[in-house]
Amino acid sequence: MEFLHAIIVLSNFVVIPAIAYGSQLALGALGVTLVYGILRFSNFAHGDTMAFGTMVAILFTWWFQSIGVSIAPLPTALLALPIAIVVTAALLLGTDRVVLRFYRKQKSAPVILLIVSLGIMFVYNGLVRFIIGVGDQRFSDGARFIISARDFKKLTGLDEGLAIKTTQVITVITAILVVAILFWFLNRTRTGKSMRAFSDNEDLALLSGINPERVVLYTWLIVAALATIAGTLYGLDKSFKPFVYFQLLLPIFAAAIVGGLGNPLGAIAGGFLIAFSEVFITYAWKKVLMYTLPEQFAPSGLMQLLATEYKFAVSFAILLVVLLFKPTGLFKGKSL
Amino acid sequence: MIEIQDLHKHFGGFHAVDGVSLTIEQGSITGLIGPNGAGKTTLFNAIAGLHKPTNGKVLLGGEDITGLAPHQLFHKGVMRTFQIAHEFASMSCRENLMMVPSNQFGETLWNTWFGRRRIADQERALTAKADEVLEFLTISHLSDEKAGQVSGGQKKLLELGRTMMVDAKIVFLDEVGAGVNRTLLNTIADAIKRLNKERGYTFVVIEHDMDFIEKLCDPVICMAEGKVLAHGSLAEIKNNEHVIEAYLGTGLKNKEKNVVQ
Ligand SMILES: Nc1ncnc2c1ncn2[C@@H]1O[C@H](COP(=O)(O)OP(=O)(O)O)[C@@H](O)[C@H]1O
Ligand SMILES: [Mg+2]
Repeated sequence: MEFLHAIIVLSNFVVIPAIAYGSQLALGALGVTLVYGILRFSNFAHGDTMAFGTMVAILFTWWFQSIGVSIAPLPTALLALPIAIVVTAALLLGTDRVVLRFYRKQKSAPVILLIVSLGIMFVYNGLVRFIIGVGDQRFSDGARFIISARDFKKLTGLDEGLAIKTTQVITVITAILVVAILFWFLNRTRTGKSMRAFSDNEDLALLSGINPERVVLYTWLIVAALATIAGTLYGLDKSFKPFVYFQLLLPIFAAAIVGGLGNPLGAIAGGFLIAFSEVFITYAWKKVLMYTLPEQFAPSGLMQLLATEYKFAVSFAILLVVLLFKPTGLFKGKSL
Repeated sequence: MIEIQDLHKHFGGFHAVDGVSLTIEQGSITGLIGPNGAGKTTLFNAIAGLHKPTNGKVLLGGEDITGLAPHQLFHKGVMRTFQIAHEFASMSCRENLMMVPSNQFGETLWNTWFGRRRIADQERALTAKADEVLEFLTISHLSDEKAGQVSGGQKKLLELGRTMMVDAKIVFLDEVGAGVNRTLLNTIADAIKRLNKERGYTFVVIEHDMDFIEKLCDPVICMAEGKVLAHGSLAEIKNNEHVIEAYLGTGLKNKEKNVVQ
């Protein structure tokens, strides 16, 4: 019984939140890794691309709510998502046309593109804050829980509750769908294959008649979808605040690098690794230990390894260790 | 077929190709020889669109194709292979070949989702074609191997195979025989001859193996230090004193250099 309680507490506070968070990081890291693999630079604007996409989703959510459109019990934001993806894609393609294409034609070094993406990041950053403000926005509606802690207790007669939020389930299902479609696209369609070919060997791809501008176009379309979906899911699960999305850049890059930049499978694995580490290390283990340890060893403190405020240190530490000991990441980087 | 007019390619102050003018006749197999560093590969790069020439013109059947992007040249039937074989390492040899024919049905987003049937037919035809090419090159057994894993010589064959997937007009082969054993070299020579005869490909072949040149090429061009030294039949080239001095005569030394490169 004690042990069962420990497992329920662990699931409730660690496993389920980490799975949801991991899915969001994985989707974010996939975007970063695709840009790195195909366009060959580290896109620092990705966090703010997510913020922009989410902002558009929020604006349309509000509009749908105001005219009474709803898909309850699902959150209205899901309805706004396709529109947000289209708007974000337009922004990314516009940016590419106005800024990035110039540097691509010059065959600029990746580090120059990285700095350029930093500039784009600041622009997006300002754009989002200008339109929606710096504050916290909540936009999730519909049913909040699939199972609330109280229902769970009543149902099972146990002392500990297990809550599963609607947004968590939606996050995981959406992530699985998106990843399945992405991998099917990359491995089975000609366009996807030509993107892989371009990532594998750019010169050869060009000489095989693959049009680079087309590959770039598809890459941005996919990145827009990934970023908007990841950002909106994160915002539904927690809340939307531009600064938080800017900060997400660190765990997302950590996930992509840990998995091996340019490797989509690695990005997914990296996302979950970072999410689980972060939640594990910032969780107060007191309750779980109380259930599992004999009474005389019961802990008196919170048993929290790191305060939540320092959670970014976790990504940073993992990143450092990986870069020191396996710079290409856990999976081999740079191949799609 | 291809006319090159006063082509220059400079890297900083270094003139890798320094005023090359020549004409490649339709249906010929032209040999391009010369010591390492002569600028042969750079000339190919400048023609095939990987590096924009600093100066000069390239005409294909009278049409100016100077500085076009590689994928545009591909669609005009201009192909090249690399001195150090390139491959899509994470794909199988068959998939490598199947990447080549481009701009088919299936390249648009719409068709990717809604034209599945026609795409499936096309993929089947493409697979058959790739298998045929692999068979021709005697590497059928490698069709499912990852291209990154096969030997250097086999990668060279794959490079040649790539040009067989479409109907090219002119193919530039950069040291297609380097690192390939005798038997394979003969296979390659036969393939080149057949493509030339049966499909009317025009070839320009960079090669250090003089037997190979002798068997295939007429005319032969010799380059050194970014310039054309001589252009003519193999016999003329062999007796040209500039060529002997710059390339053939110093045979042993050059061979050592070749090994290093
Ligand atoms: N991208 C480059 N940047 C600077 N120098 C180059 C570049 N490519 C080739 N070169 C130089 O141009 C000269 C000709 O090279 P290359 O065309 O490869 O000779 P070949 O193929 O005849 O052996 C060499 O001296 C080489 O170092
Ligand atoms: Mg060369």
